[in-house]
This record gives sequence, structure tokens and C-alpha cells, in this order.
Amino acid sequence: MKVTIKVNGEEVTRDVEPRLLLVHFLRDTIGLTGTHWGCDTSNCGACVVWLDGVPVKSCTTLAAMADGHEVATVEGMEVGGVLDPVQEGFMREHGLQCGFCTPGMMMTARWLLNNNADPDEATIREAISGNVCRCTGYENIVRAIRWAAGHPAAEGASA
Amino acid sequence: MQVPAPFEYERATSVDHALSLLERHGPEARLLAGGHSLLPMMKLRLARPETLIDINDLRDLDYIRLDGDAIAIGAMTRHASLLDSALLAEHYRIFADAERVIADPIVRNRGTIGGSLCQADPSEDLSAVCAALRAEAVIRSPGGRETVDMRSFHRGPYETAVTGARMLVEIRVPIRTGIGSAYEKVERRAGDWAVAAAGAFVQLDGEIITDAGIGLTAVGAPHFTCEAAEQLLRGQPPTSQVLTAAAEACREGSNPQSDQRGPVDYKRHLIGVMVERALVRAATRARGGDA
Repeated sequence: MKVTIKVNGEEVTRDVEPRLLLVHFLRDTIGLTGTHWGCDTSNCGACVVWLDGVPVKSCTTLAAMADGHEVATVEGMEVGGVLDPVQEGFMREHGLQCGFCTPGMMMTARWLLNNNADPDEATIREAISGNVCRCTGYENIVRAIRWAAGHPAAEGASA
Repeated sequence: MQVPAPFEYERATSVDHALSLLERHGPEARLLAGGHSLLPMMKLRLARPETLIDINDLRDLDYIRLDGDAIAIGAMTRHASLLDSALLAEHYRIFADAERVIADPIVRNRGTIGGSLCQADPSEDLSAVCAALRAEAVIRSPGGRETVDMRSFHRGPYETAVTGARMLVEIRVPIRTGIGSAYEKVERRAGDWAVAAAGAFVQLDGEIITDAGIGLTAVGAPHFTCEAAEQLLRGQPPTSQVLTAAAEACREGSNPQSDQRGPVDYKRHLIGVMVERALVRAATRARGGDA
């Protein structure tokens, strides 16, 4: 079947099998490998992208379900060479070790901050409870998100 | 890589369209709501539908509103909306209690109440919530519309009254005055299925329980409830002796299975503790207390 999905603002049309999962559409069909493919069971959150502005687990969403809809991935966070404050925060506060969970963590974090500009630690931990860091680097991830909260998005930064 | 077996994909544009697609594609067609139960089962080949009918475009089934003497919840309402609903928080705090411990925030953005109830997993939390509240399910078919008590909605594990070319479109929860409700769950880790969980509402007139409802999750209770325990509560004051007796009846009325989440004895013990805690909190809330 033919699907047309607006990915990071750009429409892409491809012929896909109905059973193709969104994570594989992003990574394999259109080559956006920033979204990671982890547990495959909607537990780990490495595959989190936004579907119509809401974070979802792309391993448990069909590409067909995104047909005619908008998807935002980690590749869309940086705009014109300017990192999103969340990305900046992960860099400054060492919010990653192996980096596998990072794209999903950052997509979830950006959504949290868009809905709650000044979340406390408990709120952050609840918000990222669907994103697993197996390096267990949560302390720095929380600090990174707090850093981003303290440095609101400059004009143009999005996702 | 876990990928579902091949299937045909259809997208419904209305309830009637979804029903006609179900008729056309026959018994091996399945409705696809949030997909967070069905797609994992398809990856594991535990489900192998020939056709998926995507109903995510049916935005008119995404609502929580007052409708006469009931709260009406559209079948495509996402878990996140149930958790955040001010209307539900006002009348039935059991919903937010349960939703807070269903999966994780990202999954709750996608999963729906209709999908959860129709999946009818014995460990699914909203089935017990709806059983406790004696909610009703509104089911559409090509020729009509029927209302089914949530306690007869479930026909067994993974089986419901929504058979053939039928579709759950709404859940109706009767509004009650003077009540409190609560949900208690023990899980191995954040977001997991329950080891055991219980929900309850208690309706008080002064210090007498005029009505009560109990929902039991993951312990093999018939219809996710225990009517004997509810009967023990009616007409009694909510003393610890009375609540403990109701919890004991729930223990006896449960038939848990031993699995990786725990042995039978532990689950049977646990369900009694969950019921008692839920009843205590529900009664406290019924009195207007913060619990």
C-alpha cells in the first residue's frame, strides 16, 4: 500500500507492506536511524517519536496508521544548526552513557517541557517512566531535563 | 525482528463504515484501536487476523461527558484522557487511581478504553474498574445498538460480548451520590500488569453502606467481581470488621493462577489486602476525606 507521512515537516510517500512498523519505516525505508529500535514490545521507549504532536512508541504503531499524519523524530529537534535545549542539556549534564535510550528520552522530555515548563524531579521521573535507560543513568537524565527547563527554547527550536 | 504476519489494512471513516468492513471481511478481521495489545500479540503470532480495520480516525468516539444520569465515555478515549479527566476525578477517582498505574505515559497516549475492554486480558485494570462500577457497554451492530452490563460483557479470557460484526462504541457509568471510589494495585515494576489489584466504590448514607461495588483484577474472579462481598457490605457500617469480612469473601471468591508474577497463595493473600485498602480509601473519600 502507498503511505504518505509528513516526517519532520516533509512529506514522504512510499510503497510499504501494511505490517511494516513505523520504527522500521523511519529507519529502513527512509533512512532516519536516529529513532532507535529496542525491545520491540513497547516497554523500553527507545523508539519514541511524536505522532500528530503526541509521543508514541513507534515499534507498536504501523506505518499505515501514520498515513496522512505527521511524525516528528529526533532528527527534527535541531533546527538550523541550533540544538534544542533538551539536546543541549543532555550534552552539558552528561545525560547519556551508551546513548541507546537518548533519542526516545529526548523526544519524551521535549513533550514534557512543552506541557510543563518547570517540572520537579518526581514529575520528570514519572514522565520518563516509559523510557528505560539500561546504563541506569537516570540522575544525569533528570539533571539534563532540569537544565533544559532552566533554559527555555530559543526562538526556532522545536520538535 | 518481531513483525506481524501479513494482513490487509483498511481504515474506517465512521462507525457504520467500520461495521460494514467487519461484515465484508468476516470473522478473521479485527478492529485496530490503539494497537498496544493487539500488535504485540500479532508479533508473537498469538493473534493472526487477516484484516485490520483501523478506527483511529473515529475522533467522534473520543469523549468523556455527562449524559443524563451517567458519565459517557467514548470507546476511542485514550488512557491519558481518562487519567486527566476533571469530570471523572469529580465522580470516580477510581479511574485516575487505576490509570496512573496502567503501563506508562507514552503507552497511555495511545491505548484506549475500548481496546482494553475488548482485549479482555484477565490482568487488564479497566475491566475490574468497570465491573466495580457496574458500568454498561454500548455495542453497535449493522442493524442496531445494544447495551450490555459490564459484568456480562466478559465471556472469558480474551472473549467478550463484542462478537462478529459488532463494535463497542461507549461505556456508561451511572452517577451516584455520596460515594467514594479507589483502586489498589501491586505490580512488580512500574507499568507492569498487576500481580493482583482491586477497585471499589462505597456509597454511604450517614454511617451505613447503602451500596458497594468491587472489581478484582488478575485473580480469576468470575466477571472480575465478587457479589458475595458486595452483599456483605450493604446495610452495614464501614467498620474494619465489616471491610475485612468483605475482603475475606473476595479471597475465597478468587481463583488465581500461579505464574511468574507469583504463586497462588501469595496472590490470594494479596487480593484480600488490596480489597481492604480499596474499601478503606473509598469509604474515606465517601465521607469527603482526602485519601
